[in-house]
Amino acid sequence: MPLLENCHPVEDTWRYAVEGETLGAGDVIVPLDRLSEGLGRSDGRLGVVLPNSETVSVLKEALPKLALVVVTFPIFRDGRAFSQARALREHLHFTGKIRASGHILPDQYEFLIRCGVDSVEVSGNADMATWEQALRRFTIATQPSPVLDEKPTGFGLRRFLATP
Amino acid sequence: MSTETMTRAEAAPAVLPVGRYGYDQVDRTFLRERIEQFRDQVNRRIAGDLTEEEFKPLRLMNGLYLQLHAYMLRVAVPYGTLGSKQVRALARIAREFDKGYGHFTTRQNIQFNWIRLEDTVAALEVLAEADMHAIQTSGNCIRNITSDEFAGAAKDELLDPRVHAEILRQWSTLHPEFTFLPRKFKFAISGSPHDRVVARFHDIGLIARPGPHGRPVFEVFVGGGLGRTPIVGVSLRDDLPEEDLLAYMEAILRVYNEFGRRDNIYKARIKILVQALGADEFRRRVEEEFVAMDRARYRLEPALVAAIKARFGAPDFAPEGDAATVLAEDRRRDVAFDAWVRTNTHEHKAPGYISVVVSLKPAGGIPGDATAEQLDLLADLADEFSFGELRVTHLQNVVLGHVRQDQLHTVWQRLSQAGLGTANVNFITDIVACPGLDYCALANARSIPIAQKLSSRFADLELQREIGDLRINISGCINACGHHHAAHLGILGVDKRGQEAFQITLGGSGEEDASIGQILGPAMAEDETVDAVSRLIDLYLVRRENGERFLDTYRRVGTAVFKDVVYAPA
Repeated sequence: MPLLENCHPVEDTWRYAVEGETLGAGDVIVPLDRLSEGLGRSDGRLGVVLPNSETVSVLKEALPKLALVVVTFPIFRDGRAFSQARALREHLHFTGKIRASGHILPDQYEFLIRCGVDSVEVSGNADMATWEQALRRFTIATQPSPVLDEKPTGFGLRRFLATP
Repeated sequence: MSTETMTRAEAAPAVLPVGRYGYDQVDRTFLRERIEQFRDQVNRRIAGDLTEEEFKPLRLMNGLYLQLHAYMLRVAVPYGTLGSKQVRALARIAREFDKGYGHFTTRQNIQFNWIRLEDTVAALEVLAEADMHAIQTSGNCIRNITSDEFAGAAKDELLDPRVHAEILRQWSTLHPEFTFLPRKFKFAISGSPHDRVVARFHDIGLIARPGPHGRPVFEVFVGGGLGRTPIVGVSLRDDLPEEDLLAYMEAILRVYNEFGRRDNIYKARIKILVQALGADEFRRRVEEEFVAMDRARYRLEPALVAAIKARFGAPDFAPEGDAATVLAEDRRRDVAFDAWVRTNTHEHKAPGYISVVVSLKPAGGIPGDATAEQLDLLADLADEFSFGELRVTHLQNVVLGHVRQDQLHTVWQRLSQAGLGTANVNFITDIVACPGLDYCALANARSIPIAQKLSSRFADLELQREIGDLRINISGCINACGHHHAAHLGILGVDKRGQEAFQITLGGSGEEDASIGQILGPAMAEDETVDAVSRLIDLYLVRRENGERFLDTYRRVGTAVFKDVVYAPA
């Protein structure tokens, strides 16, 4: 599944843990219930999938040892992951990567970035131009991003959006 | 932008619209970007890159519904305030893209019920030329911010709430975190101790007042609502300082976004969460979020508020002169005018001025409908008599906010000639009604015909004056868009074994004495319901004491006698 970062497909160095198999070495993403198993490992970076029904505080202890958190969209209309990504950055000061996974529309791309998500898993037949256009669509926003230091226009709540 | 156009834009006189935020080129660019986004979404839908399920929330967030017979476009009227140029743009849309009329809604918006999908982008472009849009008038996001129709004019107002309504509008527009909420989210804000915005029946209701050092503070109600589960909102804070307004709203929305139910759309509004957690636990979670957040990021600095306020035009009131004397003389000479002034005006803070409520409820008419010609006339009257400004009320009427008292008689004559002079505001025929089964795919029953029958039954103005203040609201289904629970006399359309039928509720109020109307008894057919209302009114006229309103009599004597007069065998 292609991984999109700053509108561009990038190589995904991470792999998801396979149920019933040992984690092995390298960059591995584990489900939440295998977090302690992953933390016990010494070779390779660790990522975790955060279901959108969990509060981010379940990762509080583990966060300094995590390089990646995957937030999830079972369906694009379920916007809990926006708040989770924002809370990871704003409250838990997480500086690793946040990836969004699941049913996501290009029209949500800018919102994800502004909530602190770095990369998005998109489907194999996704049109990259649509995603890029979606991210560049708007030149301003009218509220502070919870996590990005966007440049205010000098007037009211408006701020210019940086284009990658 | 070329140097030439830049120079022209800068050279243009900065005439700011009275009563609302004046757009500049940056705001207009944003609207154009939004239209391009929607054009692209429509194309992707046609190409099959978006499924109907994916396209639906995107079109809804541009105000486009699919109704029974056609698409409906709901246009946003932020805090209910319109400029005359905007009203003319609405008239143009009614003419060019609809059947010559529009329908004002209970959320101070206007909707057009006969829009073709292929015309939608063109309609949005007409709106954008007048600094208007349909953003977030539907969808599970923060909807249009509603406010007091007498804002900036009412004598009893402590603080004009529209600057803060505009701040909330900007903050909530395409909010990155809160555009895919569990369900829709409605704000109302008032700056008067007399609640004209139904604050206690909103997801968030704000009542602003001046606090220490003249800085505004807000009482925050949360978790109110009508719909299937009518609930009066709870007061979360009484003293929220202005600088924390956005931070605190973020905190409430975050708790809702995280914990609100998503498994059942009928249990997904914030009111259900507040009830499930209890007010104290809900408040604790909001406070926990509030103290944890980076408050500096959301702080509403006085300079920022001042900058947005500076984009609002203010009416330049003329000295009082002999305006009041002229009005008194006009009223003495013209009995019909005097009756209209009694019902259709509101006291203004500026000497010599008065606010006018234009009734969109003519005898036997469709509540809230206005034709293109009427819209054009309202725009003309706004230009000639009210600083080019017009307001939409949540009771589906229109307000000219700032009329000179010595010009009121002329305004009344012009309105009357166009069928807009009905002297019935707050009377029994000032009916609120949702579009109902004539248009809406959700409805169980038609709201409009029963509204028209009631309006005809009680058309006699003498009788209406005798009955006095009486609010009738009609909803065509349990979703309660007609706010029937908040009416003194509510009517709810239901499906009774495949037939349209109507339940009556009594005792509701949307004001500061907020209460939820109680169901009187089994549903009845349309004509039986109209007859039942007549019997309820007859009983009230017999039982009332000392000039009581219908609501007061009902509250005093209780349900039983009212129930008997409708259901007991004669």
